[in-house]
Amino acid sequence: MTAPTTGTLDQVKAPTTTGVRGGRRPSWRRRWLRRDLLGVLPFFVFVAIFLFIPTLVVIIGAFAGDDGRPTLDNISALADGYIVDAFVRSITLSAVTAVLGAAIGALVGYAVVTAGPDSLVRRIVTSACGVLAQFGGVTLAFAFIATIGLSGFVTVFLHDHLGIDIFAGGVWLFDLPGLVLVYTYFQIPLMVIVFLPALDGIRPQWRDATESLGGSTWYYWRHVAGPLLAPAFLGSTLLLFANAFSAYATAAALVSQGSPIVPLQIRSALTSEVLLGRENLGKAMALGMVVVVALVMWLYGLLQRRTTRWLD
Amino acid sequence: MAGLRQRRARRQRTLRWIVVTLFAVLVLLPLYAMFEFTTRGAGDSFTWETWRVFFDWGTLAETYPILWTGMKASFWLVLLSVTLTLVLLVPTVVWVRLRLPRLRRLVEFISLLPLTIPAIVLVVGLAPVYAWVVYFIGGSSVTLFFAYTILALPFAYRAIDAGLSAIDVRTLSEAARSLGSSWATVMWRVVLPNIRSAVLSAAFLTVALVLGEFTIASLLNRDNIQVAVNQLGKSSATMSVAVSLAALVLAFVLLFLLSFAGRRRYRERKTS
Repeated sequence: MTAPTTGTLDQVKAPTTTGVRGGRRPSWRRRWLRRDLLGVLPFFVFVAIFLFIPTLVVIIGAFAGDDGRPTLDNISALADGYIVDAFVRSITLSAVTAVLGAAIGALVGYAVVTAGPDSLVRRIVTSACGVLAQFGGVTLAFAFIATIGLSGFVTVFLHDHLGIDIFAGGVWLFDLPGLVLVYTYFQIPLMVIVFLPALDGIRPQWRDATESLGGSTWYYWRHVAGPLLAPAFLGSTLLLFANAFSAYATAAALVSQGSPIVPLQIRSALTSEVLLGRENLGKAMALGMVVVVALVMWLYGLLQRRTTRWLD
Repeated sequence: MAGLRQRRARRQRTLRWIVVTLFAVLVLLPLYAMFEFTTRGAGDSFTWETWRVFFDWGTLAETYPILWTGMKASFWLVLLSVTLTLVLLVPTVVWVRLRLPRLRRLVEFISLLPLTIPAIVLVVGLAPVYAWVVYFIGGSSVTLFFAYTILALPFAYRAIDAGLSAIDVRTLSEAARSLGSSWATVMWRVVLPNIRSAVLSAAFLTVALVLGEFTIASLLNRDNIQVAVNQLGKSSATMSVAVSLAALVLAFVLLFLLSFAGRRRYRERKTS
């Protein structure tokens, strides 16, 4: 506890309760405010060191040359073919898996919501989703290698019993198609988690009202639930996009050759010992990522505000 | 009306079972595949060998020193990250609500900021900061808990803020203050017991996050369980898959228990 332990505004306002603290000079308000600020000082110092300084390092580095002088070389290097390709691939991968994950996740979420807020089904599904969404990374990559890797359970089963060779056209698991599959796998649970509150906000009474007025199920979804859920659905899809775009661990564990997406490009820029001066190019790419994610999160915030208007 | 509603409930139940069953298959298939993979012996035979080694910690430490280092580091990382997250966030959020309401938007914005900055970007900027950390307190993998606390901020903030929204902190603390308790007492004996499930939820989310973190540890060349698993994947795939599976199951159990801890608050809110 670092918060100052004396004095509250209400005590000063009502001096009868604390006779001891009478006779303050007029500047008490400012002085108390300064004392109050001490209580949040540790938090701000901590985020300054471990969040703001790193962000500044990235931004400054993106605009600095090898000699430390300001330059736009790194930024203009982002227009290089292979970096543009990496960004395009990253954005495509994120968009495709976000849409797939959002559609399937919304369906799973709806199915869970119909079971009631305290049901065992809901509890198990949300816990499982929490694990799978948070726990992506290396674990998930290995799970998929064990499942549909070259000697994976499903691969072997399909080959031995049904005569299907899923890798007939090449080992796609360790390339972009594999990333789409594994990313979708952790996008679905994330969608379930972020979309559940919106689904909870839908009142059964609205459906009763629609039906008692003669509306069909289709009419209800088309004109009542659909429009109400749309902002939340779009917002969640954006969140999923940002999530996939930021993901690194799964790709790092799965992709063994080349750097098809931006996070892997950043890694190779950081760890490259062959080409010097690539570190600041890595920072420029990192800045590019921040710009994309910040844009998406800003849109998400807008949609979120629309959603909360009727959710409560 | 009642007939309609019954028919709808029946339809929904059918849909629910179909969707939930498909989802369960989707989730369980990789888990089963992992299990099958770890129990695969020579010539397609079944063996418990991997799991026997996994639970025999002496042998495990001897056979897979990387794994053992990683597990130890992750254990301390979990402990320190959870402690720092709670010690930093709970008093700050409470204090802002009580005394500095104007800062609330700012603290919220900062706390949610790490969602906008991908870990791979953060690691780029963290490298020089960690050069100083190494200079002052050494280069142990355990120092990563500073960075992990940042990663956990958005999730922990949301949990704690939601918990505080459910109670009237101001009235409670004013009552306690007017009866003569110090701020420390207010915090420890009035506010904390009232947001216990929110704090628990923040802690568990942090645990899950730290156990699964790979990006920062790997790129700063530190060891944690995920880095170890990834390295082990190249030499002894079975053990690395076994550790992955165990970590998944552990995290699931944690979050499942958490869903019970959160239930009480939900019921109370509903009846009020």
